[in-house]
Amino acid sequence: MSRFEYAPAPESRSIVKLQPSYGLFINGEFVDGAGSFKTISPASEEVLAEVAEASTADVDRAVKAARRAYEDVWGSMPGRERAKYLFRIARIIAERSRELAVLESLNNGKPIKESRDVDVPLAAAHFFYYAGWADKLPYAGFGADPRPLGVAGQVIPWNFPLLMLAWKIAPALAAGNTVVLKPAETTPLTALLFAEICQQAELPPGVVNIVTGAGETGAAVVNHPDVDKVAFTGSTEVGRIIARAVAGTNKKITLELGGKAANIVFDDAAIDQAVEGIVNGIFFNQGHVCCAGSRLLVQESVADQLLESLKRRMATLRVGDPLDKNTDVGAINSAEQLTRIKALAEIGSAEGAERWSPACELPDRGFWFAPTIFTGVSQAHRIAREEIFGPVLSVLTFRTPGEAVEKANNTPYGLSAGIWSEKGSRILAIADQLRAGVVWANTFNKFDPTSPFGGYKESGYGREGGRHGLEAYLAG
Amino acid sequence: MTATISPLSEVTRSDAALRTFLHGLPGVDRVGADARAAGLGTRSIKTTAKAWAIDLAIRMVDLTTLEGADTPGKVRALCAKARQPDPGDPTCPPVAAICVYPSMVPTAAAALRGSGIHLASVATAFPSGQAPLKVKLDDTRAAVAAGADEIDMVISRGAFLAGRYLEVFEEIVAIKEACGSAHLKVILETGELVTYDNVRRASWLAMLAGGDFIKTSTGKVAPAATLPVTLIMLEAVRDFLDTTGRKVGVKPAGGIRTTKDAIKYLVMVNEIAGDGWLDPDWFRFGASTLLNDLLMQRTKLATGHYSGPDYFTLD
Repeated sequence: MSRFEYAPAPESRSIVKLQPSYGLFINGEFVDGAGSFKTISPASEEVLAEVAEASTADVDRAVKAARRAYEDVWGSMPGRERAKYLFRIARIIAERSRELAVLESLNNGKPIKESRDVDVPLAAAHFFYYAGWADKLPYAGFGADPRPLGVAGQVIPWNFPLLMLAWKIAPALAAGNTVVLKPAETTPLTALLFAEICQQAELPPGVVNIVTGAGETGAAVVNHPDVDKVAFTGSTEVGRIIARAVAGTNKKITLELGGKAANIVFDDAAIDQAVEGIVNGIFFNQGHVCCAGSRLLVQESVADQLLESLKRRMATLRVGDPLDKNTDVGAINSAEQLTRIKALAEIGSAEGAERWSPACELPDRGFWFAPTIFTGVSQAHRIAREEIFGPVLSVLTFRTPGEAVEKANNTPYGLSAGIWSEKGSRILAIADQLRAGVVWANTFNKFDPTSPFGGYKESGYGREGGRHGLEAYLAG
Repeated sequence: MTATISPLSEVTRSDAALRTFLHGLPGVDRVGADARAAGLGTRSIKTTAKAWAIDLAIRMVDLTTLEGADTPGKVRALCAKARQPDPGDPTCPPVAAICVYPSMVPTAAAALRGSGIHLASVATAFPSGQAPLKVKLDDTRAAVAAGADEIDMVISRGAFLAGRYLEVFEEIVAIKEACGSAHLKVILETGELVTYDNVRRASWLAMLAGGDFIKTSTGKVAPAATLPVTLIMLEAVRDFLDTTGRKVGVKPAGGIRTTKDAIKYLVMVNEIAGDGWLDPDWFRFGASTLLNDLLMQRTKLATGHYSGPDYFTLD
């Protein structure tokens, strides 16, 4: 243990006014749902609130409200007027950023420094960005007079609850659609706070509807006959079910699914910064990132040196209370996810890979998993093929650039990849050959509203973000 | 030429060998290094950790005056302050060293006698280093003879930037020899080296040549010490220890004025080089105004309220 012990530096919870129970947000008001469920803090298992569970009938009410709002107000509103609402929402997110960050960390388990410095600012940035597009749609490259689609049904995951909401709602609204959004079962609270923000921004009732619940609620949203567009971010497994459900209907669909990204480190890389990129790639948000750099491909000639540096760096990661400002790695989002991570890690050991974690004390209560790396992993191992969606890195080596590309592409996924090299020509040549939607060079997990994001192969289809992100919500 | 480091003695055999070695060090990605330094800067150091860090920072200060207008009186006042930074609080530790020009060394030596506080003198035609080697050696010997036990030398940035690495190396070796038993701090003047790759190479060069400390800046060139530059140097001493078994200290100097800044540096030392460097023998702050802010924050932490700058001595 270091002589320099950082004293606890918890962010205060008092800024968040938790209500004992939350309703569904339909037609601009909070209303009761058919049932309810408890939502907890994964760091302590403390029950935070009771949240309404939307039935098929509740979802129907929400879609009807969205349809009315689309036909009466939002679809025909001039873009410059819609923009004002979006700018207003963006500003309120920025103003209430601390409240949103604390609530996000409480409900999701992610470190406050990430919700504070990444999730919430990016969510606001998405609304600012798409607000700017609302009155410029004829110039977006999708025809002279692109029209909205109507009602969008959106289902989002638990890893970036507010940010994924922003990715979905901002472009939909900018293009003139209304939405029914279902947040993830385990992380509904920031979406409900966002509903409050919609009220505060005096957004016309029905433009945004939030229906909380589990898989059945999501299915009701996706299957509702009056939904014109389905947008989903989540697992490839559920993505397949949704694609099947939507097939044969007139619904447009975008899917942003899983990944098993290769983070490729060449021997001429800036090693210290590459180590940071590896850590950021797999331990950011506890590895609950679809584009996480979960497969490290390192050139054999620097593998030993790099792994030594990586282990030394991992020993400084601070795992614990998500609300402590010095926490680097927070809690696993749910007991279910923790079970899955544990199971896959066990399989990694059983398959003969060598497992390593730094000495780190995990809290007694809540769901925790120490940052872990597996060395001696081969392409055939399940931990090199399946998405673990946790703080677990599989390390493989390669000898030639060709081998690196071959291994990187040898996966059913294709969401993201990373290249580390000080040689510009190499970066460009390799990036050209990688079959992944996002390729980062000498950085990882960098997001910006202006940049399109999406996958190849089983990582999904359609793009979110940037000008491209509008296409999914417009008819040419 | 005395080979100071056996595992790497071959690399200093010729200019070509030295260049090959220094240019073979892993590169530094500027964006990544800046981001890492900024990330460490967001650590929140509170209560007991802050109190510990403030006392450590005070013990690491090289209390410095390097002005043309320095007088023996000012230097004596500074020495008194070095011994007892906060006369109202006997629990306040003394600083690590006093740092002055060679002409002030006799005055400072007399004032510090018996205190255990080190006496550092800048030498080698500080701050530009633009003088013949003989003059630099004489400058160094004179300072040591007058009582300095630490020498802060400047490297020839001109030779370094021109790629004459062996010339810089040999100069440092010669100065180190002239220092005798005095500790040698090698000032890289990172503000003039500009790139992080240069900072890494100059750090290794200075360590290979036998420097006991590597120091960022003279304080006379902007930018002086920055967090990312210190990060690169901390990585260098860490890797040098791994490679050679010899431990070298780091001294950021110039521009560190607040307790908040000093704590960011200490966090960086802790998480980059490791807590083995959290010691005045291995990490120093070259500063003058920093000390008063440390004292004010120390009092604030102990009493719960600020006493204004008027309650602390200027020198």
